[in-house]
Amino acid sequence: MAVADLLVAVCILYAALLFAVAWFAERRARRGRGGWLRSPVVYTLTLSVYCTAWTFYGAVGFAARSGLDYLTIYLGPTLVFLAWWWLLRKLVRIGRSQRLTSIADLVSSRFGKSDLLAVLVTVLAVIGTTPYIALQLQSITLSFAAFAHTGPEAGGRPGTAIWVAAGLAVFTILFGTRSLDANHRHHGVMIAIALEAVVKLAALVAVGVFVVWGLSGGLGPALDAIDAAGIAAPSGGGGRWLALIFLAAAAVLTLPRMFQVTVVENADERHLATAAWAFPLYLLGISLFVLPIAAAGLALLPQGSNPDLFVLTLPLAADRDGLALFAFLGGFSSATSMIVVAALALSIMVSNHIVVPLWLRFRRDPATVAGDLRTVVLRARRSAIAGVLMLGYGYYVYTDGTAALASIGLISFAGVAQILPALLGAVYWRGATRAGAIAGLAAGFALWGYTLFLPSFGDSLLMPAGVIAEGPFGIAWLRAQNLLGTGGDPLVHALVWSLGANALLFAGVSLVTRQDGLERLQASQFVDVFDRAPGPVAWSGGGAAAWDLLVMSQRILGPEAAQALFRRAARGQGLSGDLPDPTPDFVEMLERELAGSVGAAAAHAMIRQLTGAAAVSVEELIAVAGETREIMAYSSRLEEKSRELARTAEELRAANEKLTQISRQKDAFLSQISHELRTPMASIRAFSEILRDTDDLAAAELTRFAALIHDETLRLTRLLDDLLDLSVLENGRVSLNIEAGNLGDVIESAVGTAVLAPGRQTLAIRRDTMRETVPIETDCGRLRQVFINLITNARKYCDAERPELRIRVTAHRGMVDIDFIDNGSGVPAAQRALIFEKFARAIEAETADAAGGAGLGLAICREVMRSLGGSIGYLPGVGGAAFRVRLPRRSAAIAAQ
Amino acid sequence: MATTVLLIEDEPNIKEAVSFILERDGCTVHSLADGATALAAVARHTPDVVILDIMLPGQSGLEVLRRLRADPATAGLPVLMLTAKGQARDRAEAEALGVDRFMTKPFSNREVLAAVRELAGP
Repeated sequence: MAVADLLVAVCILYAALLFAVAWFAERRARRGRGGWLRSPVVYTLTLSVYCTAWTFYGAVGFAARSGLDYLTIYLGPTLVFLAWWWLLRKLVRIGRSQRLTSIADLVSSRFGKSDLLAVLVTVLAVIGTTPYIALQLQSITLSFAAFAHTGPEAGGRPGTAIWVAAGLAVFTILFGTRSLDANHRHHGVMIAIALEAVVKLAALVAVGVFVVWGLSGGLGPALDAIDAAGIAAPSGGGGRWLALIFLAAAAVLTLPRMFQVTVVENADERHLATAAWAFPLYLLGISLFVLPIAAAGLALLPQGSNPDLFVLTLPLAADRDGLALFAFLGGFSSATSMIVVAALALSIMVSNHIVVPLWLRFRRDPATVAGDLRTVVLRARRSAIAGVLMLGYGYYVYTDGTAALASIGLISFAGVAQILPALLGAVYWRGATRAGAIAGLAAGFALWGYTLFLPSFGDSLLMPAGVIAEGPFGIAWLRAQNLLGTGGDPLVHALVWSLGANALLFAGVSLVTRQDGLERLQASQFVDVFDRAPGPVAWSGGGAAAWDLLVMSQRILGPEAAQALFRRAARGQGLSGDLPDPTPDFVEMLERELAGSVGAAAAHAMIRQLTGAAAVSVEELIAVAGETREIMAYSSRLEEKSRELARTAEELRAANEKLTQISRQKDAFLSQISHELRTPMASIRAFSEILRDTDDLAAAELTRFAALIHDETLRLTRLLDDLLDLSVLENGRVSLNIEAGNLGDVIESAVGTAVLAPGRQTLAIRRDTMRETVPIETDCGRLRQVFINLITNARKYCDAERPELRIRVTAHRGMVDIDFIDNGSGVPAAQRALIFEKFARAIEAETADAAGGAGLGLAICREVMRSLGGSIGYLPGVGGAAFRVRLPRRSAAIAAQ
Repeated sequence: MATTVLLIEDEPNIKEAVSFILERDGCTVHSLADGATALAAVARHTPDVVILDIMLPGQSGLEVLRRLRADPATAGLPVLMLTAKGQARDRAEAEALGVDRFMTKPFSNREVLAAVRELAGP
């Protein structure tokens, strides 16, 4: 077992080297110094994941069994890279512009971001890849066994396989899930793959050189040996040959791991130009020595040796252990690189298209999605990697490594080749529809499973041997490998049936179904990726009308801006009118413009709605909801602010109005004071001058004029008293004379004084003396002053034919109301707020106050009532002028202030 | 011929004082307490001079002046404004309306007499 231990040690050392290289490359890349990591050479070398252990070991076995058939595996990709590299370029371009993460993503994205298609392709890829991974594990186990035990018996030790699977899982998880962005390039993984590519090519060439020049004795004898072995010709007919070439060509396009390295990991489109000749060259190098090795193995090794292990057993038989070890490492490299990239690609597909959509759908609370999603994606990807490797290991254990390497490889190829019609339709046929893709894929998948995959297990639970031989329920024409009696080579049979049905259904269903808006858009983006010229077919069918877009844009951008935008776009398209064609370019531009106003997600959703593509993904809805919530919160804040501002403005306006009025009142007050003082002074001066200047005044005149002067001085004094009184009252420094009394007595006294006072009008006064009998405790003199004022006002201003004043007393608990209501036209509503201000009347007009008051009366009343702890107010809606005096029955407490 | 004066003044004491000094000087004085009937009184008495207060019940003195000036028959009638409203604003308004003399209360009897004599002309 010393050899086995040595092998384990070498494997571990080699793995450590790969880890180191990957780690180093990741570090360089993170520091932005990974320029050389993205060179065309590295890119080309990573493409060599195409060459797996099947290529390394199996091609020789293939050649030993089937002659030149093995070449088809290299011819297919060579043809694609040499003759059809612009398809690759298109895929790369689309992958870049659509940020595609996998082949499932490509197919789903092209057909309207269909979840179903993504799941279908993912499942197909997983099922198609699982045997292939098993194959790699088997090859490693076999080579290990061959090396360690020098016995080529099948089976080996499953223990080896599980360790290898676990190690690869760790590697892939470490370097494949460093970044969540599936678009992010995996520099570490890729550089390790490139290193392995060099190792496996070098190993195979070394073995080849040793066989030709070391064992066979030169080129000529080697060629003779090939002829002698009879392997220089294809085994079957031209049909199988063509089918194999086609299969290999399809595989290089549709294998998930090939899509990963060709499209997703592509750093620069121009690398394809190098790869177009360098990759076929690499394949040539790999295939160069296959025939000589096969011939030498057949000739030199004992009968019954496993031809799949000739690469390893030939050097071993010649005791060239070093070379054998190198060959072993080449095979190890081939197997591990395939497994790592395949697991990586599949894990992205599984997590993006199965786990995350499910998680989003069954997730209740959308608020925390962004944070949790990272964790979910990370876990999904890691468990998917482990899961894929477990599946491969399970398959390997289940089949017990019985099937030949090459046949497992071909089954896988045929499986993933089912994606080909959808893939080609996706990038070349604008009319291909989602329904078509689903129908074709489903049919192809089912037929492949029935005619090739299930029978490959041999007699198994899934498909017993009897069913294979006689058909299900004995129906002969349904025999898995002989549908409708079209037997022949099982591979060709399965390929023709599955791909034929696939392509026919894809085309047929596409022709009879319609695309929705998003599909149309995506179709145009995919098919016209190079010259994004608008296809009339893409949009004329209806969906988006430019007019609808304009109407919506006007609402968001404003009419002028929106119309200008549309005019510019129309001119840019060479149209004469104001409405551009709603080409994808234009719609995209518009979406960007709108996004500036309403946010990207909302803009996208709105545009989609108008362009007839109703399908809005969960992520978009979440984003829209988030944006909307923000906008709503923001706008409600704004509304609140503007309401507040409006309130403040209204308050300010009212305050300003009040101030203006007060200022006008002050001016009027001064003017009025002046007038009120000048009038009596004018009389006094005039009469005193008469007295002074007139010598012959009659005695009666002398007395009269002196009396007039005396009256006018009294009037002046009263006016000054009123002013001072008001000032004192307003300042709250009045001294009250609180005494017990009766309300009726006060009213009686006031009426007597007011009615008897000089004046023109007579005023009828109606009272209910019974109700007036209310005991009060207040300053009765002040209260009387108020009543006199109100009665005098009624006398002065009541404009009724027969003026009448009603005095009404209503007693409440603790308070008593005394209303003074006349039968005139009342105080106009506009003036009611002002009548209690000083000299209120002076503001009204130039006309003099006929009654001769100075306009201080109500102002004094208000201040008196305030100091008595009561109030006075105007009573609207009673008829004439109406004032209500409200008086507390006991004013003492309040007056004490 | 005696000068006829129309005195429009609502304050009874002032009316009495002004009438007294004018009549002692030999004028014929017709007096009136409100503005509303002023124009009719002018037509009736054809005064040589009108003495006008501003603050009048019914119609302000300024309004009376405006209507006097608006009527060609009375446009040239001399008017002496005698008012307790002595602010610049009132004076300017009266002068704009074509008042001949503007005097504020309290006034000097001599000045009123002199003004009336001057306005009545030779």
